[in-house]
Amino acid sequence: MSSLYEKIGGEGAVNAAVDIFYRKVLKDDRIKRFFDGVDMDKQASKQKAFLTMAFGGPHNYTGEDMRKGHAHLVKQGLNDSHFDAVMENLGATLMELNVPGELIAQAAAIAESTRKDVLGK
Amino acid sequence: MPSIIYGGQSYQCKEHESVLDCMTAHDVTIPSSCRAGLCQTCLMQAVTGRVPEVAQVGLKQTLAAQNYFLACACYPEEDIEVKLPSLGVGKYSAVVVDINPLNADIVCLELSVGTKLNYKAGQFINLHKDTITARSYSLASVPEIDEHLHLHIRKLPNGHVSPWVHHALKVGDSVDISDANGNCFYIADNPDQNLLLIGTGSGLAPLYGIIRDALIQGHRGAIKLYHGSKTAESLYMSEELKSLAVRYPNFAYTPCVSGHSVPRGFASGRAHDVAIKENQDLAGWRIFLCGHPEMVATGKKLAFFAGASMRDIYADPFISTAKI
Repeated sequence: MSSLYEKIGGEGAVNAAVDIFYRKVLKDDRIKRFFDGVDMDKQASKQKAFLTMAFGGPHNYTGEDMRKGHAHLVKQGLNDSHFDAVMENLGATLMELNVPGELIAQAAAIAESTRKDVLGK
Repeated sequence: MPSIIYGGQSYQCKEHESVLDCMTAHDVTIPSSCRAGLCQTCLMQAVTGRVPEVAQVGLKQTLAAQNYFLACACYPEEDIEVKLPSLGVGKYSAVVVDINPLNADIVCLELSVGTKLNYKAGQFINLHKDTITARSYSLASVPEIDEHLHLHIRKLPNGHVSPWVHHALKVGDSVDISDANGNCFYIADNPDQNLLLIGTGSGLAPLYGIIRDALIQGHRGAIKLYHGSKTAESLYMSEELKSLAVRYPNFAYTPCVSGHSVPRGFASGRAHDVAIKENQDLAGWRIFLCGHPEMVATGKKLAFFAGASMRDIYADPFISTAKI
């Protein structure tokens, strides 16, 4: 039984998804302000790490990292509605790449599991 | 609190303090320039103790293997003993061959290096004014075409290095320069890919190198250059670029003027705006952006939104005023 990461397509899938996903996020009026003045190259690497994790791939994220990494955004008002927007963009990206619905649900569940830490709850 | 031993003295390094900041706080002068882990002017070597990996990002493997690191990016996690690089490591002596005005503010500094310097057009070197002051400049020359190194240096009124180049430096003088570094250069992996190059001011330097490098390597895709400035007079090398466009049909040159008075033959508007307006679908293109930091940041976003992949967007790494 192959893993979710293998089924989705591994690193190739992440590479295909990162541009689409990051473009959606940066254009999304609900959340784009959180990316103002951010170094795009560094941010793209972070998006790649995030997608790798959501796709069930190798990652080193801990809950504590997620808390620390988003604490300054929580201060700026980051809340559930923004997290929902990111989840929506993730789903739309995977649909665009014709990932089967069942795998999208699994990736979404992994991403969803970071909600509390990201929002510092 | 880890301590840093340097020159036989021990210094306490505070939390969130880099080796460079710690030394500076104790009035110890370490050569530095960008303070952002890019220019490699603050190169040091660890004699004992472990250096965090992030302090070696971008270093050549041979240097990293010898425990060299960047003082501005090194936040020690344990006691370390450090020293400045041995004489000559990563440094070359060069002779000024020519200083040639390109426009009212920019000169082309031509340097001859005794030892062969390995570089790619578009990379940068550090030019040392003295033992502690250096600034990074991009290479406009192409190793296969140009005998000497070419730097385009714009005079900044309060600059540390550029006024010295413009007024004090003379043909025949010796200067120290660093190894070439940086990732903004042409790779001949896809000769049919379209290239879009956007530059402002002396940001033309690396682009001029990259374009000629691509052309002599037989690049077949479109190569479109947009060079911008406020006035037509402050654009430079127009004649060279125009004749290059005549010689190579796949190369197009568009000079852009953002100010009010736009003579015939120039596009009106900021270089990145004109470039994106004329090339709205950049999917599959490779993009090079050099010059004013704001232009680079905006241009990156516009190119990405127009379909270019983040992996295909190359930019001058510097945000210091030295490169504007």
